[in-house]
Amino acid sequence: MKCQKCGVNEATTHIKTMINGQYTEYYLCPDCADKMGYSNMFGDFSTEFSNLLGSFFGNALPERTQATRCPFCGSTYNDIVKNGIVGCSQCYDTFRDELVPTIRRIHGNTTHCGKKSTQWRNSLQNKKIATVQKKELTTTNSKLDNLKKQLQEAIQAQEFEQAAKLRDDIKEMEG
Amino acid sequence: MDNSIVVSTRIRLARNLKGYPFPSRLDSKRKNEIVQKVYTALKEGNSAISSDFQLIKVGELTKAQGLSFVEKHLISPEFINGDKDGRALVLKDDKKVSIMINEEDHVRIQIITDGLNLEAAYDLADKIDTLLDENLDFAFDEKLGYLTQCPTNLGTGMRASVMLHLPALQKTGALSRIGGNLSKLGLTIRGIYGEGTEPKGAMYQLSNQVTLGISENAAIENLKNITEQLAAQEVKARETIMKSVSMKDTVHRSLGILKYALAVSHDEAMELLSNVRMGVVSGEITGITCEIIDKLIPEIQPATMIVTAGENLDPEKRDILRAKTIRERLGA
Repeated sequence: MKCQKCGVNEATTHIKTMINGQYTEYYLCPDCADKMGYSNMFGDFSTEFSNLLGSFFGNALPERTQATRCPFCGSTYNDIVKNGIVGCSQCYDTFRDELVPTIRRIHGNTTHCGKKSTQWRNSLQNKKIATVQKKELTTTNSKLDNLKKQLQEAIQAQEFEQAAKLRDDIKEMEG
Repeated sequence: MDNSIVVSTRIRLARNLKGYPFPSRLDSKRKNEIVQKVYTALKEGNSAISSDFQLIKVGELTKAQGLSFVEKHLISPEFINGDKDGRALVLKDDKKVSIMINEEDHVRIQIITDGLNLEAAYDLADKIDTLLDENLDFAFDEKLGYLTQCPTNLGTGMRASVMLHLPALQKTGALSRIGGNLSKLGLTIRGIYGEGTEPKGAMYQLSNQVTLGISENAAIENLKNITEQLAAQEVKARETIMKSVSMKDTVHRSLGILKYALAVSHDEAMELLSNVRMGVVSGEITGITCEIIDKLIPEIQPATMIVTAGENLDPEKRDILRAKTIRERLGA
């Protein structure tokens, strides 16, 4: 099989990645694997933890994260364990399942309680507004359906004056 | 509570900007970008607190200047080690507010005040945080709170601490027993000056360890409670040990040496000042206040002495100058 990156050399490295639940497979030649940083993924295992904090992280690395890289900063879970520090804020999303047991060990807890960032509060506010608007829309729709039903009934009962009034109301609501 | 036991209070908030990797994965160009962003956000923030800030680039500090900031607890020792390019300190002119940019996290806001003042210190830190957050967009996760380079700071990103003078608990050996119990309460205690089991000057720092799952107010309340309990135990222990003539003798001898010595090393000065401070609080020594001693301690730290003198002083010259400064301050 040819390398999927350069399409020239024979593929010798098989990479499986799982990022946020999305599964991808590559077949790469040694050169391309090296360029993409996948050549030495087992090299770090023997290195002793350089940082005391590294010991916070469990020794058992889940299989599937060995080749996964954070799409933003390029860190692997292995890098995080080795250095005892996280690469970027997105790493907490990429490696959430792996980091949560460590976080629980440190804090005895995994749910924030306290001050929320301004942006987060604003986005929550927007979500709330959107929900309210949606609710209003639903109410309008059900009112409209009701009026249409009444209109049909009025026509069938040959109450044309009432029907004309209902027709005007519906027109107004439909804008 | 007066500052006879709680010397000072510190609050530190760790924050990071969205859209940038954490500092250890940043080159100096991008670090400098962050420095500019943070400083601009501070200066242009529409708030009364945004004036009077000074930007200091760590790379432009002399070794003594950097160490002097460490001695004054305005920055961490790590901040002046390693690659200094792209690191900066923002200092408010009253020295109560210091912001480290690109230390372990992009932004570390620190407030330092005299005595036990946790609520007021947090209130100020919170104001500065909000001011910066409105312009910078900090990395935040609904579940994990503020995202930090080290998972030990996740959540509130807040480290609240008090500096305590605990000579009697140290002398009676009670502190080592207390230490283990504190960690069960989510707190940690360590010596401020010097390593080892007997920190110099019996100055200790008590701070919260857990930052996730406990609100800022709850963490502060917890720390305040334990501080008051520790202070009460210290008072009790002092009453006991100060009854003995040998302890009174130690206190007076310490003052005697400080009043008449021509050269005093750092370690000796710290130990003697600690004894005198305890003597002052217990009423054994009059005419000297805790404030005088608390102001004197940062003044006689090695790097700060070099910065104040404006010239490089060898250890011998420092010891002579230190003795002179102490004699003057204690009114000998």
